[in-house]
Amino acid sequence: MINIPSTFRISFRALRVNKMRSALTMLGIIIGVGAVIAMLAVGTGASKRIAEQISSMGSNLLIILPGSTTAGGVRMGSGTQPTLTMGDAAAIQKECPAVQNAAPVLNGVAQVVYGHQNWSTGIVGTTPSMLTVRGWTLASGRPFTEQDVKSAAKVCLLGQTVVDNLFGNMDPVGQFIRIKNVPFIIIGVLAPKGQSPQGQDQDDTIYVPVTTAQKKLFGTSFPGMVRIIMVKAKSTEDLAPAEKQMNDLLKQRHHIGPKQENDFTVRNLTQIMQTAEQSTKVMTLLLGAIASVSLLVGGIGIMNIMLVSVTERTREIGIRMAMGAKTWDIRLQFIIEALTLSLIGGVAGIIVGISGSKILSVLAGWSTIISPFSILLAFGFSGMVGIFFGFYPAYKASLLDPIDALRYE
Amino acid sequence: MAIIEAQEITKVYSLGDIDVNVLRGVSLTIKKGEFVSVMGPSGSGKSTFMNILGCLDKPTSGKYFLEAIYIGNLDRDELAAIRNKKIGFVFQGFNLLPRTSALENVELPLLYDGFPAKERRERALEALKNVGLEGRGDHHPNQLSGGQQQRVAIARALVNDAPIILADEPTGNLDTKTSAEIMELFVKLNTESSITIILVTHENDVAAYSKRIIRFLDGLIISDEPRGRS
Repeated sequence: MINIPSTFRISFRALRVNKMRSALTMLGIIIGVGAVIAMLAVGTGASKRIAEQISSMGSNLLIILPGSTTAGGVRMGSGTQPTLTMGDAAAIQKECPAVQNAAPVLNGVAQVVYGHQNWSTGIVGTTPSMLTVRGWTLASGRPFTEQDVKSAAKVCLLGQTVVDNLFGNMDPVGQFIRIKNVPFIIIGVLAPKGQSPQGQDQDDTIYVPVTTAQKKLFGTSFPGMVRIIMVKAKSTEDLAPAEKQMNDLLKQRHHIGPKQENDFTVRNLTQIMQTAEQSTKVMTLLLGAIASVSLLVGGIGIMNIMLVSVTERTREIGIRMAMGAKTWDIRLQFIIEALTLSLIGGVAGIIVGISGSKILSVLAGWSTIISPFSILLAFGFSGMVGIFFGFYPAYKASLLDPIDALRYE
Repeated sequence: MAIIEAQEITKVYSLGDIDVNVLRGVSLTIKKGEFVSVMGPSGSGKSTFMNILGCLDKPTSGKYFLEAIYIGNLDRDELAAIRNKKIGFVFQGFNLLPRTSALENVELPLLYDGFPAKERRERALEALKNVGLEGRGDHHPNQLSGGQQQRVAIARALVNDAPIILADEPTGNLDTKTSAEIMELFVKLNTESSITIILVTHENDVAAYSKRIIRFLDGLIISDEPRGRS
């Protein structure tokens, strides 16, 4: 019968005898566990940030850009030719089954004036669908309606940054501002979204009905023209079908033959972002794996010290065997000793890892997230390292010949 | 009743190509309550024989029965259990665990027999009292004299109520006066608790405490005679 509490006491005593050696052996595990936790914290922080940015952008997002056109053999840049129209957006919404919403966008930069404050910001002319597509809610007021779009009403929604710059702490809803000298009534404020994946301030914007933008702000040579169309697919699985359906539909609407180049481009923003998210996850795994190597090295350190310890204590093992210690009594004694080393090291390593991530996030400004999972993982792993690397020395000890062990000097 | 019965025990060690016959057919019967001295020059095989009696080693051939249990069939752990319950060892060099209190040293056989902590402690204190070391339980071996250390070792041999004590030159590291005290303790244990004691010694003075002297030479018993205690 094996007495676990007594075995733990024996282990503690053995470790206390060689304090310096035990501490140095633990150091390997401390560094390993600390590194695993800190690296996972950095990686998790990075992917969380990307995930947040993706959700701030709106999920399952596709964007249709006007294509490049060729004029007299000279190929112009993408978007130089207005090719997308309000009609395209409406047709996509109506005819592509994989599409949930499509919102046309006509945007530009304009000076905005309120009282004696002014601010230069991006004006987005669009339809009410845009809020759904971008997954954007209002902080106050009401969104504009289809009716506002039809009547080209002079109403607008303000982003938080614009509110901060023009109104300070005042409630802007119901106030008038002038955009390019055209008076607009503020009917709502958009909920803050923060930075886009590209680092732009998404709140530095004003939403107006697309028709108003066309007629009053950015006069177009060509009625019904929009700059881009933003599309939300029904689900992640629908992204690819939606892309294909829109391609087919727009080719038909723009009379593009099979050999001709498209005059538009469909870009799958969500896919791009998911790729970024994936690569961050891979990076996290990689960091974790590299950190695990140091944990492994720490484990080898434990094995090394345990082997020395078994040799040093050969006579003790002999005495214990003569007194009736069975194979597993001896084996457990040394495994528990290794486990104690690695678990104490593990706890210290958790403390080091947590403080390390905090220091990293303060000094380097990285966002680090310490998940309970990573702590559990590192602790469990260090325990496994202790058992794994403690087993061989313990096995060796348990197979000693009692007579030889008793005679050992 | 024979507590130890050895039949035609041989032990051969292979040293590379050469086989060394350490024991060449030793038969011996020891009854419960006997006090036996084993004597003989170095290399006569007496230590090897003691190791076999102590279930630390197995004979190459021959049969050994301990309390009528045939030892030849037992595996490593079963031998450990026999050592734990049936045999108390006393060594020349005491073989106490360093940096471990006398009490915990004495508790050791009970630890491996699965006794709970409280009972271990009670029985170990009792055993220390029996060998005249009451109140020394907290002392570590390096704080005790040689004689006291050997008493701790004897307490450890007694603590699990083993019927046999095997003592391998128990007085070898002690002065004459202390030797006499230790031998008196053995005699007391033998007469009062009827513990079977088998001890190896070089000294006739020590052997004189026993009731039977067995002499070994070249792997064989050459004489086996009872003697009255002087």
